[in-house]
Amino acid sequence: MRLNEKIIRYIYIITFTFLTLTGFAQMPIFKRYHIADIPGLGWLAQFYITHAMHYIFAVILIGLSTYICVDYILNKPQGYTITSRVYAKSIIILGLIITGGLMVFKNLSGTPYSPFMISLLDLSHLTLCMALLFYFILLLGRSVRFY
Amino acid sequence: MGHAITRRSFLKGTLTAAGSIAATSSVARAAAAMDKGEAIATLIDISKCVGCEECVHACKEANADKYPKPQKPFPKMYPKGVKAEDWSDKTDVIDRLTPYNWLYIQSATVDMNGETKELTIPRRCMHCTNPPCVKLCPWGSAIQLDNGISRIDADICLGGAKCQTVCPWLIPQRQTGVGLYLDILPAFAGNGVMYKCDRCYNRIAEGKVPACIEACPENVQTIGPRDEILKQAHELAASMNGYIYGENENGGTNTFYVSPVPFDKLNSVIEKGKGKPHLAAVSESMGTGDKLAMAMLIAPIAGVVGAAARFYNMSKKES
Repeated sequence: MRLNEKIIRYIYIITFTFLTLTGFAQMPIFKRYHIADIPGLGWLAQFYITHAMHYIFAVILIGLSTYICVDYILNKPQGYTITSRVYAKSIIILGLIITGGLMVFKNLSGTPYSPFMISLLDLSHLTLCMALLFYFILLLGRSVRFY
Repeated sequence: MGHAITRRSFLKGTLTAAGSIAATSSVARAAAAMDKGEAIATLIDISKCVGCEECVHACKEANADKYPKPQKPFPKMYPKGVKAEDWSDKTDVIDRLTPYNWLYIQSATVDMNGETKELTIPRRCMHCTNPPCVKLCPWGSAIQLDNGISRIDADICLGGAKCQTVCPWLIPQRQTGVGLYLDILPAFAGNGVMYKCDRCYNRIAEGKVPACIEACPENVQTIGPRDEILKQAHELAASMNGYIYGENENGGTNTFYVSPVPFDKLNSVIEKGKGKPHLAAVSESMGTGDKLAMAMLIAPIAGVVGAAARFYNMSKKES
């Protein structure tokens, strides 16, 4: 694995870890289940902190995903084939970015969505996140490629 | 027994009728604003409030149907230490916000022009223009209507109280033993439903004014299109050499308090605590998120530029 790929892989792992943590932290569960009481994890119960962190890692995910897609189109690396698994994962990530982007737009002032739309986006984002976690769990122990 | 008409009750009735007429015309303007998709706002003139609590009782009466009717005993919740919040035996509490009391009168004793004066302040949800309770609710149970009113849908709310935590004034109040969580995993997720002032959204939709405004004998509150009400608030503040609260707090709200006394002075003397909101300055809660949202627009451009730069470098090396 080339240095460039290694760096991207580690950035992806860190980004997904924090996106998942800060995403689940949007629900009031870490305080209830005393996870935020563990020394060093108190920030998980600070909604404004986890909200800002989720946005920051989303910025990194969007930037990195765009980089990888454009890089693949421009450089067409020899010997790389896109498997159905990678297609499935890419669709899930794209879905997360789209639903997340719409939720970010919803959070701006003066953009009231209908209650149905808000619930639909929330549930879609959560379902896609669970699907991606399930995908990673299925591939645990194998040679997982994150992109 | 006959109902004697005293001078006080006659004056009160007359003032209420006058107030109703004024309120009706203002709600007509508010209705017109709503038709245009504009937000409505309320001006609260603290100097007029006499603390009679008519608004508090009117609110309780008008919203009685929306109050929680919890099932008892409450389901056990895990882990142990998760506390039930039960106000169903204290429905007559009116000196703070509760699930059964969405408006209360806060009092402040202050020195004004060398005189000691007691000011009374009706307190309820401020109905922020960019409400964090609505924006950050993980289930979409807190919603903002086109007219700027924010309210909590009791049929969807799970009672996690995130809305209370993110509210700069900690306004929403929880009642355990009621709501959707009872049908999902009552032991492990949720803890009831959150309640707060919904600006009598159903009355407004019918062309009426909120109950607290209608009942006020002193015309403390004025409702109407936000721009118009804000202009009135500034005129009123200028006329009494007073101060405005709610215009810039949390990035702007749809409630403007006008007081002859500075709000930091009022804040230092009012009783604050659970269900008793402060009057301190509040920075925009959603401001950081809004700035980061802009960065999200730049992220894909950065990605494209990075990949193009790599492609250029590789092409250069190859040639």
